[in-house]
Amino acid sequence: MLGYVLRRLAASIPVLAIVAVLVFLMLRLTPGDPAAVIAGDNASSEQIAQVRHQLGLDQPLLVQFLIWIGNLLQGNFGESFFFKKSIGDLILGRVEPTLSLAAATMLIAVCVAIPLGVVAAYRHGSWLDRIVMGASVLGFSVPVFVIGYGMIYVFAITLGWFPVQGYQPLSAGFGGYLHRLVLPALTLSVVYIALIARMTRASVLEVLNEDYIRTARAKGQVERKILFRHALKNAAVPIVTVVGIGIALLIGGVVVTESVFAIPGLGRLTVDAVLARDYPTIQALILLFSGVYVLINLLIDLTYSLFDPRIRH
Amino acid sequence: MSDTPSPVLDIADLAIALPGGGDRLRAVDGVSFTVAPGEIVCVVGESGSGKSVTAFSVMGLLARVLKPVAGAIRLLGEDVLTASPQRLRALRGDRMAMIFQEPMTALNPVLTVGDQIEEVLRIHTDLGPKERRAKVLAMLEAMHLPDPERMHASYPHQLSGGQRQRVMIAAALILDPALLIADEPTTALDVTTQAQILRLIREMQERRGTGVLFITHDFGVVAEIADRVVVMQHGRIVEQGPADQVLGHPQHPYTRMLIAAVPTMTPARRPPVTGALALETAALSKTYRSGGLFKKAREVHAAADVALRIRRGETVGIVGESGSGKSTVARCIARLIAPSAGQIMVGDQDIARLPERRLRPLRRKIQVVFQDPFRSLNPRRTVGDSIIEGPVNFGSDAKAATARARDLMSLVGLDPAALARYPHQFSGGQRQRIALARALAMEPEILIADEAVSALDVSVQRQVLALLDDVQRRFDLAILFITHDLRVAAQICDRLIVMQSGRIVEEGPTAEVFARPTAAYTRALIEAAPGREFGRGERLQEAASA
Amino acid sequence: MSAEPTLLAPAVATLPPPRTLPARLLRNPVVALGTGFLLLMALIGAFAPFLGTLDPTAINPATRNRPPGFERTLRAEDGSTTTFRHRMGTDSLGRDVYSRVLYGARVSLVIAVAVATIALAVGLLLGLVAGYIRPLDGPIMRLMDGLMAIPGILLAIAVVSLFRAGLPAVIAAIVVPEIPRVVRLVRSIVLSVREEPYVEAAVMAGTRLPQLMARHILPNTIAPLIVQGTFIAASAILVEAVLSFLGIGIPPEIPSWGNIMAEGRNLFRVYPHNILYPGIFLGLTVLAVNMLGDGLRDTLDPKMTGR
Repeated sequence: MLGYVLRRLAASIPVLAIVAVLVFLMLRLTPGDPAAVIAGDNASSEQIAQVRHQLGLDQPLLVQFLIWIGNLLQGNFGESFFFKKSIGDLILGRVEPTLSLAAATMLIAVCVAIPLGVVAAYRHGSWLDRIVMGASVLGFSVPVFVIGYGMIYVFAITLGWFPVQGYQPLSAGFGGYLHRLVLPALTLSVVYIALIARMTRASVLEVLNEDYIRTARAKGQVERKILFRHALKNAAVPIVTVVGIGIALLIGGVVVTESVFAIPGLGRLTVDAVLARDYPTIQALILLFSGVYVLINLLIDLTYSLFDPRIRH
Repeated sequence: MSDTPSPVLDIADLAIALPGGGDRLRAVDGVSFTVAPGEIVCVVGESGSGKSVTAFSVMGLLARVLKPVAGAIRLLGEDVLTASPQRLRALRGDRMAMIFQEPMTALNPVLTVGDQIEEVLRIHTDLGPKERRAKVLAMLEAMHLPDPERMHASYPHQLSGGQRQRVMIAAALILDPALLIADEPTTALDVTTQAQILRLIREMQERRGTGVLFITHDFGVVAEIADRVVVMQHGRIVEQGPADQVLGHPQHPYTRMLIAAVPTMTPARRPPVTGALALETAALSKTYRSGGLFKKAREVHAAADVALRIRRGETVGIVGESGSGKSTVARCIARLIAPSAGQIMVGDQDIARLPERRLRPLRRKIQVVFQDPFRSLNPRRTVGDSIIEGPVNFGSDAKAATARARDLMSLVGLDPAALARYPHQFSGGQRQRIALARALAMEPEILIADEAVSALDVSVQRQVLALLDDVQRRFDLAILFITHDLRVAAQICDRLIVMQSGRIVEEGPTAEVFARPTAAYTRALIEAAPGREFGRGERLQEAASA
Repeated sequence: MSAEPTLLAPAVATLPPPRTLPARLLRNPVVALGTGFLLLMALIGAFAPFLGTLDPTAINPATRNRPPGFERTLRAEDGSTTTFRHRMGTDSLGRDVYSRVLYGARVSLVIAVAVATIALAVGLLLGLVAGYIRPLDGPIMRLMDGLMAIPGILLAIAVVSLFRAGLPAVIAAIVVPEIPRVVRLVRSIVLSVREEPYVEAAVMAGTRLPQLMARHILPNTIAPLIVQGTFIAASAILVEAVLSFLGIGIPPEIPSWGNIMAEGRNLFRVYPHNILYPGIFLGLTVLAVNMLGDGLRDTLDPKMTGR
C-alpha cells in the first residue's frame, strides 16, 4: 500500500512539472516584453528593469525556468507587483474563505446528489427520475453567477433571511460564519449536485443491469438491500471519481461565486490579479489550484480499494 | 403420471408474449412439461428457442417487457405466476434456486464469497452468525472447494471460473431447494471444468433429491446428464421424453437434425496429405512483459517454442483450453502481433520479423476468419465493400473484384444480390460465410480459422464446417483450425496439435491422437468432452440418415 | 432476412443506415425542442436589426437605469417622432437592454460553433496521431495530462489574460481547456477499435494506414464527437459568459449576454432586469444545446446514455 502511494505520488510529479512548464511558457510565449507585462501597465522603466533582473529575463530560457522553479521549490512564489506583498503571504491570507466555501459546497452536494441519483436510478423512467434528470440538465445550463444573483434576490433581498454579500471569518463566531456561508455554498453546489447526481444515477443504473443483481434477486433478496448492499458499493468508484473530477468545476465556480458574494478568497484574488495583470500572482494561483486538484484526485484514487477489492495496490 | 410422485415443477400450457416488432408474437407458446423430485430435465434448443425465457419465468425473473399471458407454472403445487412479489421472494432461494451461465459476472465482485452464500441464510432463516458460518463452510466443503476457510473470505476475482460456479451452486443448494434451475451453467467453462461441474451437479442432486431444470444448447451435455429431455424450437416444444428415447430414437425432424449436427468424437480416417509445404514455424514464441520502473517485472509466456507445419490441402487443428496460447500462435502467424522469437516460413520467406511495409505484399497469402461473427465485419460498410477491399488494395479493379465477389457469395451459399447489404441484415452463420468469402477473395494459400464456428448454433456450425471442407478442396487451401472443442476438431482436422500453457504437448494425425493419446492433458481433454459415449454410436449415423 | 430469431441474440451495436438518422433524431421530442429553440436563437441573432431594436451600443445619458417597459420618444432626422418602448429597460449607460440581448445571441452562437469546431478538429487530429503513432503517444498524452490538471476556467482565464480582450482571444481561451478531453476520447476510441476483428481483417487485406483510418476507424469517432461537440458548445457559451461577467471576456462595445450581466451587477439590487433577461436567454440557450446533446447521445451512442 505504502509503495503504491509513493508510486502514485511520484507519478503525479511529472504532471505537475508539465503544468509548471506550461504556466512558465505561457508568459514567455506571449508577444511583447514579459518584464513589461509582469511589471504592469503603469510601471516605470526602472521597475521594468528591476523585474527583468529579478526574473533573470536576460538569461537563456532554460536558466530562467530553473531560477523560477528553484524559487518555487523553496516556497518563494515571488512578489506581487499589484498588491506589493509576498505572494505566499497573500495566498495564505485568502485560504480560509475559499476552503470553507469549497468544503461546505462539497458537503451539501454529496449529501443531496447521491441519494437523488440512487433514487432516480432505482425508479428509472418514472416521473421522479425525469424530474431529477431534467433538473440536473437545468443545473448544468445556468451559469453560477445567475444562480447566485437569483439566490440573493430571493433569500437575501426579498426574504431577508441571509446577508446579501460578505464573509465573516470563523474566528469571529461560528454563527455569523455559517450564516454568511449558506447562500454562496448553495449557489456553488447546484452544478456540482447536477454532476454527481447524474453520475450516481448512471453508474447505479449500469450496476442494476449486472448479472449479480439478478443473482441476488434469485436468492429472494428484497429490493432495498439489493440497492444498498449490492448496487451502491459497486457503483462507488465512478461516483467518487466524478467527485474528484468535479473539483475542477468547483475551482472554476469558486472564482465566480467569490466575486458575486464579495468573499475575500483565492477566487477573488485570481480575478483581481487578472484584472490587474499581476502575472506572478496568476502563475502562483494556477500552480496552486492545479496542485490541489491533482493531489485530491490522487487521494481519491487511493480510496478505490476501500470500495472494490479487485483494486489492490 | 399417477404412479410417479407429484412433480416439483409443473409447467402447463405456458405462453409468454413478446413485445411488438419481433419476428413472432410469443417468446414461448403452449409449453408444458414437469420436473419430478430427483430428476434432471434438460431443456435443449438453439438460440432463440425460448429455453432461457422458460427458465427465467419459473423464477419470476423475466425482463419486464416479457409477460406471461397464459398457462400456469406450479412449484410444489403453488402457481408462481399468480404469486405475490413477497411470496415469490420467499420461494426464491428457499424452494427454488438458480445458477447462471456466466460465473464470472454472476457473483458480486465487492462482497466476499462467504458473505454471498450466507446472504441466502440471512434472507430465509433466523440462524445466528456462528451457525450460518458453520453451514456455509460445510457447504463449501461439500462443493469440493479447497481450504473452505480461506475460500469463505475470498473475493470472486480471486477464484477460477470453475470455483465460482461451485460457489454459485453452494449458494443455490444451501437451503435444499426442491428445484434447481441451471441456465447453461457450463457453457462459459473450459471442457475439463465443465465435466467436473456436471459431475458435481449430478452428485448434489442425487444426494439431496433435488429436481433439476437444466437449460443447454449442447446435446453432448444432455447425453451426459439428462433423465428426461425437452426439445424446443421457436418457442414451442417439438419433442419430449426420457433421455434414452429422445437421444436414441428421436421422432421430430428438428431433433434428428440437432442430434445429427452434434460432432462425433470419432474422427474419420483421413489419408495423409502430401501437398507442398505451405507454412512452417520454428521455435515460435511470444512473451509478454509487464511492470517497469517501480513495479516488479513479470513475464508471461503466451506461446513458447511452437513448431508446426501445414501442407497445401491439409487442415491442422490447434486444440486447447483458454490460456493455452492457441490464439496467440494464430495471431503471430497472421502477423497481427509480432512474435518475440522464432521463424514463420511462408514458402521460402521468413515473415516473423518483417516490418509492415514489406509484409503487406505477403498478406494475401494468409487470411483469417475470426470468432465473433458480429464484430468481424465493419457495420458501416456494405458486405460487397468489405469483400472487395483486399483485392482492390492489391490492384484489382473494382468491377472485376465485384464480379468475383458475386461468384464467391454463391460459392459460400449466399445470394450475390446481397452484396449491397449491410452486415446487420445477416445472421451469425451468414456473416461467417461472408467473412470466409472475404478471405477467399484474396486467393490465399493459408486460411486461419480462429474459433470460427464456436459462436454458432450446432446446426449452423455443421454447415459452416462443411463449407470449409468444400473450399479447401476447391482452392487447395492449407487450413489452421483453432478451437477449444475437440469434437469439432475431430470432424475437420487431418492433424491435431494440443496446446497447454503456451506449449505443444501432443501432435499427430487426428485419428491417432484420439485413439492413442500420449499426453495426460490430451487424455483429460478427451475424457472431459461431454457426451463422448453418445457421440460414438452408430445411432448417430442412423439419426442423420433418417 | 435473418434466419435466427433475435430474442436472445447478443446485443450488437449496428448503426442504422445513415439516411434515416436525422429523421429518427427529430422524432425525439427533446432533440426537436432543442433544435427548434437554437434555430430561433440563430434567427434572432441574424435578424436582430429588424426586430425593433436600437443600436445596441448607443449610449443615452438621459435614460439611464430605466425599468422594463419605460417609454421614450425618438426623434428621427426629419423631425418626426416615434415612441420607443424599452421592453427590458436600459442599463447604466442608457443603452437598450432588449437590443443588447438580441444582438448578444450572435456572440454566444458564434463562440459555441467556433469553439466546438476548433476543439474537435484539433482534438481529432491529435487523438488520431496519439492513438496510432506509438512514439508520439507519450509526449502528446503527457501534454494533455498537464492541460487537464489545470482547472478549465483557470486555464481560460490565464490564456485570455495574455491577449488583448476580444472575440479571438476568448475563443482561444475556451478552446484550449477543451482539447485534452477530445484527444482522450478519440484516442480511446482508436485504441479500442483497432482491436476489432474487422479492423484486423482490413489489416490482413493489406489496407494501408490512411485508408484504414478513413474507412474503418474514423467513422467510429463521428457519433461520439458530435455528441461531445454539442457539450463543448454548451460549455463554451457558459465560459464566455463567465469570462465576460468577470470583466475579462468580450469587451463591452460588442454586446454579449455575459457582459450585459457584468454591466448590471453593480446595481443588481435596484435594477435586477440587467441580469434577469440575459440570464434567461443564456440559460435557455445552454439548456437547448444540452438537450440536443442528450438526445444525440441517446440516439447515436446508447452506451453513454445517462452520463
